[in-house]
Parts: sequence; structure tokens; C-alpha cells
Amino acid sequence: MTTTTTTRTGPRDDVPAPPGGGTDADTSIVVTDLVKTFGDNRALDGISLTAPRGRVLGVLGPNGAGKTTLVRILATLLRPDGGTAVVDGHDVVGRPQLVRRTIGLTGQYASVDEKLSGRENLYMIGRLLDLPKKDARARADQLLERFNLTDAAGRRAGQYSGGMRRRLDLAASLVGRPRVLYLDEPTTGLDPRARNAVWDEVRELARSGATIVLTTQYMEEAEALAENLVVIDHGKIIARGTPDELKELIGARVQTFRPARPQDAEAVAAALRTAGLAEVRIDDATGAVSAIPADDAQLTAALAAVAGTGVPLASVTELRPSLDEVFLTLTGKGADR
Amino acid sequence: MSGTTTLAPADSPAAAPIAPRIPDDASQHVPFRAMLRHVGAVTRRYLILIKNDPEQLMDVVLMPVIFLVLFVYVFGGAISGSTHQYMQFVVPGILVQTAIMAGSTTGVGINTDLTNGVMDRFRSLPMARSAVLTGRLVSDMCRLLLCAAITLGLATALGFRFHTNVGAGLLAVALVMGFSFALGWLFMIVGIKGKNPQSVQGLSILITMPLQFGSSMFAPTNSMPGWLQAFVKVNPMTHIVNACRALTTGGAYAHDVWISLAWIVGIIVVAAPIAVRMYRKKI
Ligand SMILES: Nc1ncnc2c1ncn2[C@@H]1O[C@H](COP(=O)(O)OP(=O)(O)O)[C@@H](O)[C@H]1O
Ligand SMILES: [Mg+2]
Repeated sequence: MTTTTTTRTGPRDDVPAPPGGGTDADTSIVVTDLVKTFGDNRALDGISLTAPRGRVLGVLGPNGAGKTTLVRILATLLRPDGGTAVVDGHDVVGRPQLVRRTIGLTGQYASVDEKLSGRENLYMIGRLLDLPKKDARARADQLLERFNLTDAAGRRAGQYSGGMRRRLDLAASLVGRPRVLYLDEPTTGLDPRARNAVWDEVRELARSGATIVLTTQYMEEAEALAENLVVIDHGKIIARGTPDELKELIGARVQTFRPARPQDAEAVAAALRTAGLAEVRIDDATGAVSAIPADDAQLTAALAAVAGTGVPLASVTELRPSLDEVFLTLTGKGADR
Repeated sequence: MSGTTTLAPADSPAAAPIAPRIPDDASQHVPFRAMLRHVGAVTRRYLILIKNDPEQLMDVVLMPVIFLVLFVYVFGGAISGSTHQYMQFVVPGILVQTAIMAGSTTGVGINTDLTNGVMDRFRSLPMARSAVLTGRLVSDMCRLLLCAAITLGLATALGFRFHTNVGAGLLAVALVMGFSFALGWLFMIVGIKGKNPQSVQGLSILITMPLQFGSSMFAPTNSMPGWLQAFVKVNPMTHIVNACRALTTGGAYAHDVWISLAWIVGIIVVAAPIAVRMYRKKI
């Protein structure tokens, strides 16, 4: 993805982000060297990224990584201490009102009024977005319908289940038909069914052409929804790319050779070492031998070497690292990447 | 950040801005009509909250009723010689007291509101920032109007009589409302600044008690010691109460009305911008 490689720009002073510029037809968000500190805590420590227009950008990171802080700055709720963020051509600090016209926000914590009904919540937002009364009412009903909330429309949002509240929150962020949508951990705390409903909705929104920035702690979610990912930890970006690229980052295609008889494990391991494979390990519990071939030729050589020992193999499997492993590896090494 | 006005190099991704260039000021400006609409939407929100939870009206509505009955029947005879005479004296005072209490409700209310998740929603919308505060105030004014009507109704049932005309009576109510609106901005500052609703409540009582009792609100001032009389003279409550008293039970009012209006305008002009700025910076 070329879009994820164009982001590293120089120091702040020569950052090309004039008001009214900074984004073009292909990118809808350009963030450059963003810094936010809370006291001594650097919640964002020089974040630079771009979000391709009409795509889902996943922001992946553990608790406290700075995801919410990033989203809040992009949504004009927080002022950065350094760097710039341009959303749809507008600087979030210089022209917050124009940014607010293009964005929708579903925050990590519910931002609907619990004492108002679902319908009143949406109607109020429609009015605050300058829709005429009739249109605000129609838009509210339309969104209630779409998010399966019509039956609960008259009830107070405080009485909604977690999933319903999330859906109302999502509906609330869509009243103004935003071109850029922020979803901050939209499925955290939801049961699998409610989570799937939100996933479907995100896919639907992505199809409709909105740019979506989605933060999550779950690799599975990032992989399911986002075409591009940035992984952040301690306020820094530690990796970026497509899910596949990230997997390749820790590179290893681990091959596992399982002898039919566990006591043959040593023999298999010896053969693999002879063939030159790296990180040959025996799993004592199963007798499986894992190793990492440098390339296809070495893998072929390894198979020949094992065949030479005459030991019967039950299976040979390739293990691509899961995004979880990538994530753990990356955040484990964290700073020195 | 707003200083990065240098144009992008031709080869940078930022070279082709798609948005028209609009001066920063224009992007911040919310047209007046839109602002009214926003105030309307926020006011509506608060009125629905009251409708959904009428119990929260009880304390504000009952308080003046209790004060009226207590003051008239406990102190009335002692202060004015008869409860009936004291009634004529104290009802305008109770009315102004109601306005003060409504004002402090605003402060406590906004403090609670700031912790509501919906504030984030408001702040991410392209609405007038001041509309959140103004909407709250306007809804508090509606509540005050209800309180004033109940207080006056009860007072009339208990023997209070208007000795002026309808216009003067309405002017008195308008003055009370205006004063409460102005105080609301002041308490808004306390509310935004305050740590929690309890501390805001405490501070509000601390501020308002001396101002209420150190005035002509509940008792004639001529028996007060000199230093207190000096305070009473500069206390805006005195002028509002005197104006209301003259407007409802007769007497010259022009002087006190003008001074009251000056206070009202003065408080709004000073407190409202401060409150709005503090709200903008909050969170
Ligand atoms: N309002 C705040 N005041 C002080 N510290 C904060 C505030 N908001 C966030 N932080 C700190 O900033 C860091 C990043 O937080 P956050 O952006 O919420 O992370 P995430 O959303 O990835 O869990 C954390 O260390 C958090 O404690
Ligand atoms: Mg968070």
C-alpha cells in the first residue's frame, strides 16, 4: 500500500499543511508529528499517518496506547500540543467548525443522552446540524429503522442494552452524513452478536464511500474491517501496513513437522538442522518439530533430508503468524523497532 | 498550527487542496439564526428532561412556597405587626429569592451536565458553543416562570393583593426573570469551575445567603446597624426587591428599576463571555 508509506514527513516547520490543503483526492486525513502530553505523560509522541479516502484505517493498540487521544484530537475535542492534523482539507485547530461539518464521532464512551429517548437524541442532533424540523424528524426515523431501533425509539437511551446503545451512538454520528467517521473501540464490551451487527454496519458504511478511522484492541477486528493498519503503543506508531504486510513484518513462515511416532522427533530435528533451517525446536508435549526455512529451496532440502532418515511423518504444516502474534511481538519489542 | 500557511511543494500530496480557502474567522462564525435554532434544540432537551422527571421540579417549586408560609406566619407578626401586612412586604422578596435559587440551580445543573457523555457529542458538532449554556439557562427560566406563578398564586390565596396595574406587575416578573438570567451566567462560572455538584451547591449558598439576608428582602432595613445598612445599599438584591415591591404594591419604582437593569446588563456582559470561554476550554 503506497498510501501507508507516504506519511513520514520531516519536522513540523516544513510540513506542507496549509489551511485548506493537506489532503487531496486520495487522502482524507493527514496527521503529521502529532504530540499530546498530559503532564509528564506523552499520550501521543509524534504520530504521523494518512487515511486513504473511502477506506477503513485501523488504529490498533493496547489500552493506554493513545488511540482515544488521537481520535479526540481528530474530532476537535482536544487540542494537540504539537504537530498538525488536517481532515478533509481543514486543520483541526485552525478551522474546527469546518472539520465538525465533515466528521461523525462514535466515542469510546457513549455520547448519547441517556435521559432522552433514542428518537429525541437523533432529532436533537439533526436540529443542531441545522436540518429543518421535518427533515430532522425524517432522518431520525430513517436511522432508527436502519439500526433496528424503531421499537425502542420512544424509550430512554439509558434503558437500552449495551448493543442498542452502541447502535444509537453510531446512528447519532451518522445524522449529518459525515464523510469521515471515527469509531473508537466500537465493539468493546459487546457480546458477539452485537459485535457482528456493528461489523456489518461498518462494512456497509465503508461501501458507501465514507472514510473510517476505527480503533480497536482486537487484532481480529482490525483484520476483519481495516484495509490499512497502524499499530500504536506508548503514543508512537510501531508498525503500519496492510494486515498481510504486518504479518510479513515478523516474517517467519514457521513449518511444523510432526513425526508419526513422537520418539522420532530428535531424528527429524537433526535432519532439519543439517538442511540448515533456523530455530529448530521440539515441542516435548506433541513431538512436533518446528523450524523456519530461509526460502523455498531450503524447505525442499529439508523435506529431502527428513525423507533420508526414513522416519514416517504424520503431517507438515505451515503456520502463518496470527495478527495477535504480530501484535505481541511488536509491542513486546516496542521501543526498539 | 494555524501558522503553517506556507504552500505545499508541488510534489507533495498536499499540493492540490480541494477545499475552497475560507478565512479562519468565517469557519468559526455561527450565523445568528442558526444559533437561535441551536439554543432552541438544547432548551427542548432540558424541557424534555423535566417532563420525563417531574420530581426534579418539586424542590424548586416547593421551596418558595415553604419560605412564604414560614416567613409570613413565623416572622410576620413580629416584623410588621400583622401577618397580613408582612405578606404585602415579603412576597416581592420571596419572588426575588426564587430567582436567586433558580440561578444557583443553573450552576449545579451545568456542573452535572459537563460529566454527561452528550457533551462530547455537542462539542463534535458544528454548533454554537454558547448554545449549550444558553439553552440550559432558557429552560431554567421556564422553570422559574412556573415557580413565580405558583408563588404568586398561593400568595394571592393567602391574602396578598396587587395595588398596581397589570403592566407594572408584568414588569416586576420580567425584572425577576432578567435578574435570574444574569445570575445564571454568574453561577455558570461557579458550575463550570466547581469540582462536583456538592461543592458548587455549597459555594452557591455561601454566596447567596448574605446577599439575600443583607438586603431589604425579608425585613425592613432601618433597624439594621450602620455597617450592614451600607452593605444593603450597594447590594443589587435591595434594588431588585425594592423595584418589585413598588411595582406590585405601589410606590416610586423608576430609580430602583434603572439600577436593577444596570446590574442585570452589567452582570451578563461580564459573566456570559467568561462562562462561554470557560466552557470552551473545559474537558
Ligand atoms: N484527560 C486525560 N488526562 C490525563 N491523562 C490522560 C487523559 N486522557 C488520556 N490520558 C493518558 O494518555 C494515555 C493514552 O490514553 P488513551 O488515548 O485513552 O489510550 P487508549 O484509548 O489507547 O486506551 C494514557 O496513559 C492515559 O492515561
Ligand atoms: Mg481508548
